[in-house]
Amino acid sequence: MKIAIPKETAEGSTLVAATPKTVEALTKLGYEVLVEAGAGQAANFGDEAYLVAGAAVTDAASVWGGDIVAAYNPPTEQQRDLLKRGGVLIGTLAPHSSHDLIADLAQRNVTALSLDAVPRISRAQALDVLSTMSNVSGYRAVIEAAEAYGAMFAGQVTAAGKTDPATVFVIGAGVAGLASLGAAVSLGAQVRSFDVRPEVAEQIESMGATFVHAPAAQQEVSSDGYAKPLTQEQLAAALDVYAEESSSADIVITTALVRGSAPTTITADMVAAMKPGSVIVDLAAIGGGNCELTVPGEKVISDNGVTIIGYTDLPSRMPQHTSQLLGTNIVNLMKLLTPAKDGEAVLDMEDEVVRGMTVASNGEVMWPPPPVSVSADAGARAAAAAPEVSEEERKAEAERASAQEAARKKRNAWTMGVSGGLLAIALCFANPAFLMMMTVFILAVFIGYYVISNVSHSLHTPLMSQTNAISGIILVGALLQLGSSSTVVTVLAFIAASVASINVFGGFLVTYRMLGMFQKGA
Amino acid sequence: MTLTSIAQVAYLVAAVLFILSLAGLSKQTTARRGNLLGMAGMGIAILATIALALDQSERAWGVTLLLIACVLLIGASVGIYRARTVEMTQMPELIALLHSFVGLAAVLIGYNSYLTEGHDAMHLVEVFLGVLIGAVTFTGSIVAYLKLSARMSSKPLTLPGRHALNVGILVASAALMVWFLAAPSVWPLILMTVLALALGYHLVAAIGGGDMPVVVSMLNSYSGWAAAAAGFMLGNDLLIVTGALVGASGAILSYLMCKAMNRKFLAVILGGFGGETSSGGAEVTGTHQETSASALADQLATAKSVVIAPGYGMAVAKAQYPVADLVSRLREQGVKVRFAVHPVAGRLPGHMNVLLAEARVPYDIVLELDEINDDFPDTDVVLVIGANDTVNPAALDDPSSPIAGMPVLEVWNAKSVVVFKRSMATGYAGVQNPLFFKENTEMLFGDAKDQVEAILAAMTARV
Repeated sequence: MKIAIPKETAEGSTLVAATPKTVEALTKLGYEVLVEAGAGQAANFGDEAYLVAGAAVTDAASVWGGDIVAAYNPPTEQQRDLLKRGGVLIGTLAPHSSHDLIADLAQRNVTALSLDAVPRISRAQALDVLSTMSNVSGYRAVIEAAEAYGAMFAGQVTAAGKTDPATVFVIGAGVAGLASLGAAVSLGAQVRSFDVRPEVAEQIESMGATFVHAPAAQQEVSSDGYAKPLTQEQLAAALDVYAEESSSADIVITTALVRGSAPTTITADMVAAMKPGSVIVDLAAIGGGNCELTVPGEKVISDNGVTIIGYTDLPSRMPQHTSQLLGTNIVNLMKLLTPAKDGEAVLDMEDEVVRGMTVASNGEVMWPPPPVSVSADAGARAAAAAPEVSEEERKAEAERASAQEAARKKRNAWTMGVSGGLLAIALCFANPAFLMMMTVFILAVFIGYYVISNVSHSLHTPLMSQTNAISGIILVGALLQLGSSSTVVTVLAFIAASVASINVFGGFLVTYRMLGMFQKGA
Repeated sequence: MTLTSIAQVAYLVAAVLFILSLAGLSKQTTARRGNLLGMAGMGIAILATIALALDQSERAWGVTLLLIACVLLIGASVGIYRARTVEMTQMPELIALLHSFVGLAAVLIGYNSYLTEGHDAMHLVEVFLGVLIGAVTFTGSIVAYLKLSARMSSKPLTLPGRHALNVGILVASAALMVWFLAAPSVWPLILMTVLALALGYHLVAAIGGGDMPVVVSMLNSYSGWAAAAAGFMLGNDLLIVTGALVGASGAILSYLMCKAMNRKFLAVILGGFGGETSSGGAEVTGTHQETSASALADQLATAKSVVIAPGYGMAVAKAQYPVADLVSRLREQGVKVRFAVHPVAGRLPGHMNVLLAEARVPYDIVLELDEINDDFPDTDVVLVIGANDTVNPAALDDPSSPIAGMPVLEVWNAKSVVVFKRSMATGYAGVQNPLFFKENTEMLFGDAKDQVEAILAAMTARV
């Protein structure tokens, strides 16, 4: 089958759904790849590079008529007219808001796969375009902020005095938020972050940022992996956190987007309380904005000199890498659809990832798909069950355990005492020569125990081969028997002595060789 | 001053040297000295024994001397040859084989002692027990050797009623001992030897490949007890002391290994781990992500901290040399590289350390489980090379897993994990590993040595 990559025609779009690298990967899956002339121009991928990678470069009409069309933006009416009946369209179709587009595609008998409708489960991460875009946006948000901010991010100590590092506050630690945290931390800023989901605290701290603790403002996860709407009290508490943090921050990055709509996190009053020269980057501008003063697509400056950036095209501002990641998402999707790697796409509706993405097929609208549960759910349920154990119960449990432990120790002590006593009594009946030997034996066992107990792990093997060599001491016994006048005894002793001496020589030498290899680093 | 008392003093010196030798071996800095002290002790003991043997010889002393010279010649030539040629990856086999020698010697000495000395009850008991332990050690070590050198399947042999079988052999041996004491003759001794040989075979055949570290150290301990038993029957204090030292050290090592696997010593010894439990534990399914050597080289180029968790697979592929190259290359570039060695990685306690030392990896970057487990969250890339069960999160998360409760290297806490593996097959414990399906895990399939070499080539190409 042919996979066709059109040139994106949407206003300001610089992305392309395949790069020369991903073209190679698609070819490996058995597909022929068609690329519209100039498709990668804006992302710095020339037609030449696509040709080298194995694609055919052609015109818009034949591209849109391909078996599988992979584009980033939804197709215009004219483009839809070119689509092949029974063909496949892959793109970000925003199925929750563009019902007419989906209905139209279904009516044209086009199978439509929406890259932004990937279920949020671990397995599907590799083809989730929303994650890709969020990631890039998060990074770019920091770059935009750094440009608008009239100071340095990292603190400096110079001959002319020192400057403080910038304080960055990131609201929401989803994919975009975490990407922002990472970028800001590596620029040297002091980074703080808050998220209503308490379980992301660890992720925030793993990026080198500080998690703002506010238990009153936090909730649990819903079964599909998105944050749940907050209760009134939680909402109020969260707003208090935002007000306090933003007033002391130089940069605020807001990323709260719940199913396409943006709750308000930064009110006009909070902006008024911020320092002049500080910057707000609103990553939720596409859903109306988290900040009340955001103008989607624009950079505005408030009355008190706070810059509010509401760009909605952040991924397009880094077309090269965004296209590469987008292209890889599409390759991963094609891998899923082409299990045989034979260039034939198969839509397995039993697969929840494929089912979730398919918004139109066989002339029918398939949106919305049946709900999928994520693994986070299992964890949440387990967590919900666990706290039922009260503090007292846990204490009681611990006491029971320690009581059992003590009882066990007592039992062991008794067993050892009794068996030691019995052994002592038995020994009283032994002859003196045997008693002497037993004394030596028991003392040697204890010496062995204390000598070996502290051996370091790395020396276990040499220790073992050394003890092995030493246990070749049995050679002594065999040697003494060699002189016997009985031939049978001499023969047996000879064999015993031979194998034992192999032990002695082999064991010591191999230990020596091994120890010679251990060396300390410079 | 008689020759006997001189020999006795020499034995005392040898015993002290052996104790100092083992004490020296517990630390890297003194290990070399410990080895030499052991050699000195052995030399003194053998010289004294030769003098004693010549003195007590019932034949012409020239014949005895010739025999002794032959014995030492055989021992020296075979022993030195093996010690020089053995590959470090084959260390476990060699050690198991050497244990079997001690067992064999103990059996033969026991027979000789019965044939040459008086038949008082105490001595008979000593002979009987000495032969029993020796025989079990002998066949047990042979089976361990065969399993480790892959001449025999490492799967546990699970006969029906195998515990009853073991107990039955012990009961039968006890009955034979009664017969032996009541009417001393060689027959009960021979019958018991056959039974003990079967017991040794069966005991070790029932233990799976993953438990081999415990088995080898357990056999080490047995070989010590066998030497001690020989000491009792010959009335030789040096043998008793040395046997007890070795027996105790082997027992401690076995105990440490069991603790590292969170298993009861008895459960390991009684065997059957792996085969029958493979169905246990939650089903783990999912998709894994693959990576390539060149992608990994790119990833390593940007990493700040790398941890390598080696396992038996590294030994099998003999990948320790390219791995060491990779490490020195990364260290030159200022990357912090460390090794995380699980106590039961490999088929012998400390096996990985020896392999890494062979490849000239400095021992101070080779860390133990407890030393490194907390550092994983700050690690950029973890390379899991041929390890499986020792990095299995199911040991902590899944109470129904056969390896539940075993302390493992928590590699999944690192930013990304790359697992070098031949295929998606399960490890020795027969447990599927959820690590492979984690989001931050990527798989690099193929022979570990080839893959590491490919990474090195890709790194060279980048420069």
